Amino acid sequence: MPSQNIWILLSWGPDGWIDDIAYGALVTIALALATLPIGLTIGFFVAWAKQSDEPSLRLAANIYTTVFRGLPELVTLFLFFFGVPILLQHLVRYFRPDATIDVNSFVAGMIVLSLIFSSYASEVFLSAFRAIPKGQYEGGYAIGLSNWLTMRKVILPQLLRIAFPGLENCWLSLLKDTSLVSVVGLAETLRNAYTAARVTKHAFLFYGVAAMVFLGLAIVSSFATSAILRSLGRREAQR
Amino acid sequence: MSVTAAIVERPPPRARGWPRSRVIGYAMVGFWILFGLGIVSYLIFAWNAEFFAKYAPAYLKGLGTTLSLVCISMVLGAILSVPVAYGRMSSNRFLSGLAYCYVYFFRGTPLLVQTYLVYYGLGSFRTELQTVGLWDFFKDAFNCGVFAFALNTAAYQAEILRGAIESVPKGQWEGAASLGLHKLQTLRKIILPQALIVALRPYGNELILMVKASAIVAIITVYDLMGQAKLAFANSFDIQAYIWVALVYLVMVEILRHGVEWIERRITIHLKR
Repeated sequence: MPSQNIWILLSWGPDGWIDDIAYGALVTIALALATLPIGLTIGFFVAWAKQSDEPSLRLAANIYTTVFRGLPELVTLFLFFFGVPILLQHLVRYFRPDATIDVNSFVAGMIVLSLIFSSYASEVFLSAFRAIPKGQYEGGYAIGLSNWLTMRKVILPQLLRIAFPGLENCWLSLLKDTSLVSVVGLAETLRNAYTAARVTKHAFLFYGVAAMVFLGLAIVSSFATSAILRSLGRREAQR
Repeated sequence: MSVTAAIVERPPPRARGWPRSRVIGYAMVGFWILFGLGIVSYLIFAWNAEFFAKYAPAYLKGLGTTLSLVCISMVLGAILSVPVAYGRMSSNRFLSGLAYCYVYFFRGTPLLVQTYLVYYGLGSFRTELQTVGLWDFFKDAFNCGVFAFALNTAAYQAEILRGAIESVPKGQWEGAASLGLHKLQTLRKIILPQALIVALRPYGNELILMVKASAIVAIITVYDLMGQAKLAFANSFDIQAYIWVALVYLVMVEILRHGVEWIERRITIHLKR
């Protein structure tokens, strides 16, 4: 039973566990940062499809968000983590009958989190799209920009500025959702805290440390986003 | 009359032919149709009467566990959210700071960590809890799940409640005060009826989030819907265990979402022009 000094357990080195948890925190950050650009890109295109004039595009985008916002994150993760290897195995068996396929838990987590993040981000982008007046598009077309160029040069810069506060919320829930990937064996913060708690029997201590790591990440990102918001505001003022 | 009719803005004519957006749109819808057909045909192809007979009752039981977990923790959270929201709005620095820390902690850390903290973490205080007589409560994984979920949703619901109450203009309070109503009466008869209309949609979202998040308790060995699916998958290595459970969750969430929208349409009927 618990007898060791907790300061030894919380030290850096072979006896302590803080280095493991710090390494896990790095994996958490890497997973969230790797998910972010993919999720933002998909989310933007889904939102673009949702506000298009073409009904079939709208339908496809709505099915996407309904499915990925309706499924629990854990179910999506398990379906992907266990389902995709089975699917791939069936395909690969045609070529190499003895092949087995394992999905890397980091990659699985990244894909699943991008699907979930993008479906929430698309709602934020959609309301930002609606806040941009039609004249902005018309102005872009009037000076001879193509559809794509109008979107990239005229709409997107304004869109990002409007969507920023909403995307901050999506980012915070993405940070929290990364903890779910520990369930399929990715050695991130929570997983390493779990190992430490198992070995040392100091469960409350190590889960408390894990909670503090997530809290710290949330605080750091709120500082970062307010700095970005300030610089955006400054550029707005300069125009 | 005819003049106004002539200058009424009409929607632009539908694009003809095959613009790029239509090609992409049809391709995407086609992909979804193929995907849906693939899943349906897989479920038909993999139809296993034995599997179904064995696990369908377990799934129903799991569904009951999930629903009772969500209902109990939503109600407990709603009760707990009142003092927290009061603290958040209070002018007492200490109270509002305390409530802020509570909300920040529970919104800033993952629910999974909170659940672990309750289920595994409280085990560290076993002797203390035994002397207080609470150990029997925290021994059970379901109770731990309810405890963690109620604390978590209380933080979110407190913010919803606070936002809704603050959305009611101050003149309403002043008007009620000038009529001689005291604070509690004002809150109950004037403020809350207006605030709850604003709060309905966030509450609905919170309920949906709780239904989805409740899958987490499967990890701490509660046999809810997800827990039963895990068990079925571990026994059979049949991926349809998860597909069925995904369908059940999807249907549940869609019913809740449309139900909330229906209620909102009903109770805002007097605001429509």
